[in-house]
Amino acid sequence: MDASLLEIAAAAALGFAGGMVGGLLGVGGGILFVPALALFLDESQLGAVATSLLAIVPVAVVGVWRQNRYGNVRLRDGLIVGALSPLGVVAGVVLSNAVSERALELAFAALLVLIAGQLAIRGLRPTGADADG
Amino acid sequence: MPASEASRDRILKLAVIGTAAGAFSGMFGVGGGTVIVPLLILWLGFGERLATGTSLAAIVVIALLAAGLQGAYGNLEPLKALVVAVPALGGIAVGAALQQRLPERAISLLFAVLLLVIAVQLAID
Repeated sequence: MDASLLEIAAAAALGFAGGMVGGLLGVGGGILFVPALALFLDESQLGAVATSLLAIVPVAVVGVWRQNRYGNVRLRDGLIVGALSPLGVVAGVVLSNAVSERALELAFAALLVLIAGQLAIRGLRPTGADADG
Repeated sequence: MPASEASRDRILKLAVIGTAAGAFSGMFGVGGGTVIVPLLILWLGFGERLATGTSLAAIVVIALLAAGLQGAYGNLEPLKALVVAVPALGGIAVGAALQQRLPERAISLLFAVLLLVIAVQLAID
């Protein structure tokens, strides 16, 4: 690895921030790991995504361990979701070869905005206003 | 609805969430938690904290499988992974601790912001 100390420090700082996002929001942290690897550690975009996945494994394990101690993990449900994901990967790859990638990106972006709106409405509603709370 | 049917319905929804998460990861490289957390909250009625913790368990499996596959293609750089992963281990412990002090609704709001950031990234890509 021929990155300078400063670049390594910057990548490590993004790594820490990515972990924090993971702990706060239940995502893997790839949203910050990928740019850390691509910008500061000279990985190609494809290589950064791949290496980011490897980094996510121990980070998510520690996340599950911590969240489980707070009583926030339904392990069986999580494992069902995880175990079914390869099926989706295959479907996604097939779909992305059948439809224009740009159209897919824009459709997914629109879907995310829609979901963000739903979550924002929920977030702004006073607690206890719903039955499932 | 009888209990066994309710549980079958639930497992089916979890399976759909897993498939959707995989599909979006396969297409865009983002996916996992971005898809899992909102669907667990909005579709299965999970509280925010439970959704994020359960999502991480799914992500362990997803990332393990995907990294294994990438490794078979020789795309992994373990030393570089360590540079981001080691500080991230501390980051996720701190983030999870911080999360316990937030009201659950605030987590939904933060998540909405995250989704908007990703949506903008995808749109300007």
